[in-house]
Amino acid sequence: MKSYDVIDLATRNLRESLFRNSLTTIGISVGVASLVAMLSLGIGLQQLASRRLQKSGLFDTVVATSRRDIRNFREQREEGPPPAESPALDEPARRKIEQLPGVVEAYPDIRFVTELRFDDKPHLSMVAGVPFSAKNNNDAFDGMQGRFFSSEAVREAILQKSFAEELLGKTAKPGASDTDTNIAELAKPLLGKELVMRYAERVAPPPASPSSSPSSLPSTTGPGDGAAYSVISRQQTLTIVGVTDLDPDSMRGAARARVFLPLKLAQNLHVMQSELRDGSASGAPTYTSLSVRVGNPNQVPVVEAAIKKMGFSAFSIVDATRSMRQFFAVLDVFLGIFGSLALAVASIGIVNTLVMAILERRREIGIMKALGASDADVRGLFFAEAGAMGLVGGATGVALGWTIGRLINLGTNIYLVRQHFPPAQIWSVPLWLVLSAITFSIVVSLLSGLYPAARAARLDPVQALRYE
Amino acid sequence: MDGMGMNSLAVCTENVCRHFQMGEALVRAVDGISIDIRAGEFVALLGPSGSGKSSLLNLVAGLDRPTSGAVIVQGNNLATLSREKLAKYRLHTVGMVFQSFNLIPSMTLLENVELPMRFAEVDRRERMALARQALERVGLSGRLAHRPTELSGGEQQRASLARALINRPKLLLADEPTGNLDSRTGTEIMELIRSFNQSLGMTVLMVTHELALAEKYAGRMVHLADGRLAHDVGNDDLRNAPNASPVRTSEQGAKQ
Repeated sequence: MKSYDVIDLATRNLRESLFRNSLTTIGISVGVASLVAMLSLGIGLQQLASRRLQKSGLFDTVVATSRRDIRNFREQREEGPPPAESPALDEPARRKIEQLPGVVEAYPDIRFVTELRFDDKPHLSMVAGVPFSAKNNNDAFDGMQGRFFSSEAVREAILQKSFAEELLGKTAKPGASDTDTNIAELAKPLLGKELVMRYAERVAPPPASPSSSPSSLPSTTGPGDGAAYSVISRQQTLTIVGVTDLDPDSMRGAARARVFLPLKLAQNLHVMQSELRDGSASGAPTYTSLSVRVGNPNQVPVVEAAIKKMGFSAFSIVDATRSMRQFFAVLDVFLGIFGSLALAVASIGIVNTLVMAILERRREIGIMKALGASDADVRGLFFAEAGAMGLVGGATGVALGWTIGRLINLGTNIYLVRQHFPPAQIWSVPLWLVLSAITFSIVVSLLSGLYPAARAARLDPVQALRYE
Repeated sequence: MDGMGMNSLAVCTENVCRHFQMGEALVRAVDGISIDIRAGEFVALLGPSGSGKSSLLNLVAGLDRPTSGAVIVQGNNLATLSREKLAKYRLHTVGMVFQSFNLIPSMTLLENVELPMRFAEVDRRERMALARQALERVGLSGRLAHRPTELSGGEQQRASLARALINRPKLLLADEPTGNLDSRTGTEIMELIRSFNQSLGMTVLMVTHELALAEKYAGRMVHLADGRLAHDVGNDDLRNAPNASPVRTSEQGAKQ
């Protein structure tokens, strides 16, 4: 039989016992719906978590430090050269790291505690340099008030919310929820205002700083361990362009900054960094640490190993997040299993319906065989019926699952808003899920049709025609 | 009829047996029957119920396989054909008519008649026209869109005749075609079958227990009893003809 005729006869048979076949199809669609709803929630939750985590650099960043740095005492036991012989973490080393396969960029970590004056009142904060690429990579800058830095070395600053509160004299009351203060109102009086940063510039000998500002004061020389340098007090006026609610620097823990400058600007200022140990005999600047951003989180261990091989200490947080990713993997599997259970029940429904149809259409099958239908024709017919129920059940199931997921998302968001959390997308139905759910449904249905179809095909026409 | 057609063999059974195991007992439904039927013959199979006439018909129809012996139709031994080949044989070589009509109740007459052409993969547009023509030929042009249950028994049997002939088979097998009909409509059906036999040169093998009908329409009456051949009335005694076998082989050669 031609496939058109198989489909035509199959749909006509399905329509013939519409009620029973509809019930079976609904069974399939409920199975598919639960599968889609469960998986869409699993995927959505995972995306929500990983979006935030990946943009915060947890997954794709390796922090490289020099082993000469005494802060790395905990890594002393590692193989490789002893701290005194390990290479300096300087500009050539940075470029070399940036050349490693898989590395997107490697930028120095610049952070220092300094005084910032606003309205002539001094405030103390950790200041950090932010690479220009963070504009697109850091979730915290996505939803902030104001805007990101206009260029790579512009004299602009972005404040973290808690510092903004401090500047305005609004001290957060203990116990009050974070979202009690409106970030937009907080930002309004600050955006465009000026902030004066006072800092200590480290000047390498001979002092050849051409652009010393008038306010610079001669200062003490640094603690001498071979290479001498002087420290000059300077100040820099910054324009506040943005206030962020989320913490762009969440990975840093206690050393978290509350004021952010463009990285190039921070580098150009040559700020004396508190922890810096200058060990380079040549006097060339060395970095305390480098943040190495990797294109694909999977490459983090490779890059980490490569940096260690170069003689530096490397640290990534991928290990720490592995258990979390494992959790989501397990969650997805479990949600999938529960969804599939429903589909398994539905497939038993298909087997039942088709076996019933064989009993009911026993005579009809006998007639068709007497008229010359081959085993393949009869098998194809039952197969097509199973497949059609799978297709329709799968399609309506996806729609139903999408709706269920959407309702759960809506309900959760109402709850979140009531609890003063920002609404979140905890549900996601990617195209691959839609297509694979329908395919899965058809495949399951066809498998369920396998036995009834084979049984119908082997039916003895004499027996089938014998009884009235 | 041309002489060649009259002499060629359509069906030949050679000591064919069909035994069923019914619990402990072995039922010998067909127990060693050998008959030759020439192309264009109208043969009635007669006998009391349980004599094995329907079982023999099912063997010739390719619906069942013999326990032993051979059923040779147009040079093919049905006993050795694969299931697929047997289905093709049922599709193209034989047309069947049943006592209970066996039309598919969910389909209209037109669709019922069209059905065998679906299995034969006839083009869709062509099918409709052919089915319509076939129904017109049996006088049902006004009933095309009716379902079988809306029709009288005679009309249903005429539709099933139209269906049996739609793929132009060489052999028409009828199992008590008038058994569910009153005598007047039964006669109508028999007239139709005779006209197909005579005008189309179709070989007809009909199971019946009505001797009168058989005498009126069939050129030959084969009586069965207990699965065996009792008498063969009207046979031109082909078996005893000296040139029977050569005719058969030459016919086979011509077919191939």
